[in-house]
Amino acid sequence: MVTTILVEEEPDAPPRRWSLRETVGRHPTVAIGLVILLLLAAMAIAAPYLWTVDPLRISPAFRLRGPSERFWFGTDHVGRDVYSRIVYGSRISLQVGLAVAVIATAIGLVVGLVSGYVRWLDGFVMRIMDGLMSIPGILLAIALMALTRPSLETVIIAIVIPEVPRVVRLVRAVVLTLREQPFVEAAEAVGTSFFNTLRRHILPNAVAPLIVQATYICASAMITEAILSFLGAGIPPEVPSWGNVMAEGRQYVLVAFHLIAVPGAFLTVTVLAVNLLGDGLRDGLDPRLRRRL
Amino acid sequence: MPEAPLLEVDGLVKHFRLGGGLFAGAGATVHAVDGISFTLRQGETLGLVGESGCGKSTAGKTVLRLLAPTAGAIRVDGADIAALGRAAMRPYRQRMQVIFQDPYASLNPRMTAGTIVGEPLENYGIARGAAKRERVARLFDRVGLRAEQMAKYPHEFSGGQRQRLGIARALALDPRLIVADECVSALDVSVQAQILNLMIDLQEETGVAFLFIAHDLAVVEHISHRVAVMYLGKIVELADKRALFHRPLHPYTEALLQAVPEPDPQVKRTRVVLKGDVPSPLDPPSGCRFHTRCPIAEARCREIEPMIREVAPGQMVACHLR
Repeated sequence: MVTTILVEEEPDAPPRRWSLRETVGRHPTVAIGLVILLLLAAMAIAAPYLWTVDPLRISPAFRLRGPSERFWFGTDHVGRDVYSRIVYGSRISLQVGLAVAVIATAIGLVVGLVSGYVRWLDGFVMRIMDGLMSIPGILLAIALMALTRPSLETVIIAIVIPEVPRVVRLVRAVVLTLREQPFVEAAEAVGTSFFNTLRRHILPNAVAPLIVQATYICASAMITEAILSFLGAGIPPEVPSWGNVMAEGRQYVLVAFHLIAVPGAFLTVTVLAVNLLGDGLRDGLDPRLRRRL
Repeated sequence: MPEAPLLEVDGLVKHFRLGGGLFAGAGATVHAVDGISFTLRQGETLGLVGESGCGKSTAGKTVLRLLAPTAGAIRVDGADIAALGRAAMRPYRQRMQVIFQDPYASLNPRMTAGTIVGEPLENYGIARGAAKRERVARLFDRVGLRAEQMAKYPHEFSGGQRQRLGIARALALDPRLIVADECVSALDVSVQAQILNLMIDLQEETGVAFLFIAHDLAVVEHISHRVAVMYLGKIVELADKRALFHRPLHPYTEALLQAVPEPDPQVKRTRVVLKGDVPSPLDPPSGCRFHTRCPIAEARCREIEPMIREVAPGQMVACHLR
C-alpha cells in the first residue's frame, strides 16, 4: 500500500458481549423481577415441602378464619387452608403464563416472519389474523369450555388463540422495517441465502421487541386465567388456582377480606415481576444501549 | 478498445409502479432509469453523477440486480444477467459487490465486525473457522483496521471506520466490480479523502473496477477515469474525466460544473443558474428532458429526444445543439 492511512482515534474498549451480570447492574429492576420470579418458581416446585397441607382438605370447623399461626393466610368458606391453596395455585399461574407466552410467541414468530417476508402471502395471512383478533378472548374461552372439558390445556389454548395475532402484527411490522434496511440489502449483495438472511439479519433484530412482547403476554395470560377462573369458565373449580380462590372468596369479601386480598396480591406481584423483567431485558439485549448513556 | 468490457450496460430501464394494489387501480409509473448505456473496463472507475432523484442510485442497484430491471441488458464478461433468478445470480454476486452510502445502516448492529466481513466468505464456502478468521484479519489489515477490532460491534466504530468495514466486506470475495453508492457522502471531508485514497490503492493492487455514484463533483473528479452525467433517468454526457471537467459540452454538465464552489475568491466566474426544479420523474418532459431548464433550448428540443452520440473523441453527448 502506497498511501499511509491515518487511523482514526478511538479508545480501545474491550469487546462487549451480553452478560447477565452487566444487564442486572444497569437495570436493578431486572434483578428485582428475576428474584421474585425465581422465588415464585421455587415455591411452585417445592410446594409440598413448604409447610403446606393438602389444599383440598376441608375442615368445616374452621371456616372463614382470619390469618393465624395455624392457617397463615386464613381459611376459606369450607375451611381449606388458603396458604396451601395459594402455594399450589402458583403452579397454575406460572404454567399458564409460561405456556401461553412460549406457544403464542413461537406461532406468531413463524407466521409473522412469513407474512413480512413473503409479500404475496401477506394480505391473506393478515386477514386471517384480523379475523382471529376480532374474537373476544373471554368469549372464546367460555365457548371452548362449553364444547370441551374444562382443563388447564383448554385454558391455555383459549388464551393463546387471541394472543397470536398480536405477536404476528409485531413481528410483521419489525420484519417490514428490517427488510428495507441497507444491511439486509448488503446481505443479498454478498450472496446470503434467503434462509440465512432471516436467521442472521432479521431474526436477531426482531428478538428484543419479541421478548418484551412475550413478557407482556405472559403477564396478561396470568390475569386472563384468573378472570376465567373467577367467571367459572377456566380451571376446574376443585383445582386450586389464584383465580379460583378469589372466585370462591368473592361472596365472603365482607367477612373474610383475605380471600380476595392475598391471591390478588400474589397475582399483582407476579405480573409486576414479569413486566419488570421484560422492560430490563429489552434494554439489556440491545448492543447499542449496552453502553451506559 | 482491445479487451472486452467487464460490464456492459445496454439500454437499461427501471420503472417503479406506484400504488396499484388490489383496490387502488392502476398506479403511476416512476421513470427512475430510462434507457442508459455505458461500459466499464477492468481497473477503471466510472463516475456517475447527477442531482438527487436523477436515478443514479437506482441504476447502481439495478446493475447489481438488487433491483430487477424493467428492460435492457446488463452484460458481465459478455453474459447477460438482466433476467437471472436469485439462484442463477449467485455466481455473479461473487464478481460484483457494493459499498453503501450509509455506513451506519448498512452494518447489522447485532453482528460483530468480524462476522460481518466474514459473512461473504461463509456464504460461498470459501473459508471457515480459523482460516476464515485469518482471512478476515487480512481484510481488516488491508482496509486499515486492526485485527483486534474484529470482536467489536458496528456502533463502537467511527463513521470512517464503519465505511472501511463496508469496503472490507465488499473485498472479501475478490470482486472485479464494486458499485460504490455515494459511499463517502455521509463522511467528514478529511475522512472522505482517506476512504477515497484507500479505494484508489485497492484498485491499483487488485485491478477492481468501480462504478462510483456520487453527487459531489470534486470527489468524482478525484477518483474517476471517465464520468457519466445523469439527468432524470438519462445519461446526458459521458466522457473522459479531463474532457468533461475542462470542456463540458452538454448545457446541464456546464451548469453542474459551475455550481461547484470556487475556493479562490479572485477567480471571476460566469455562472449559468438553472431555473426551476427538476421535473417529476412521474411525468418526464417530452423531447429532451432538460429543455424545461435549458438556457439554450430551441423548438426542436421540445419535440425530438436527442440521441447520445460521440461529439468529440471519447466524449458522448445527448444534445441537438452540440
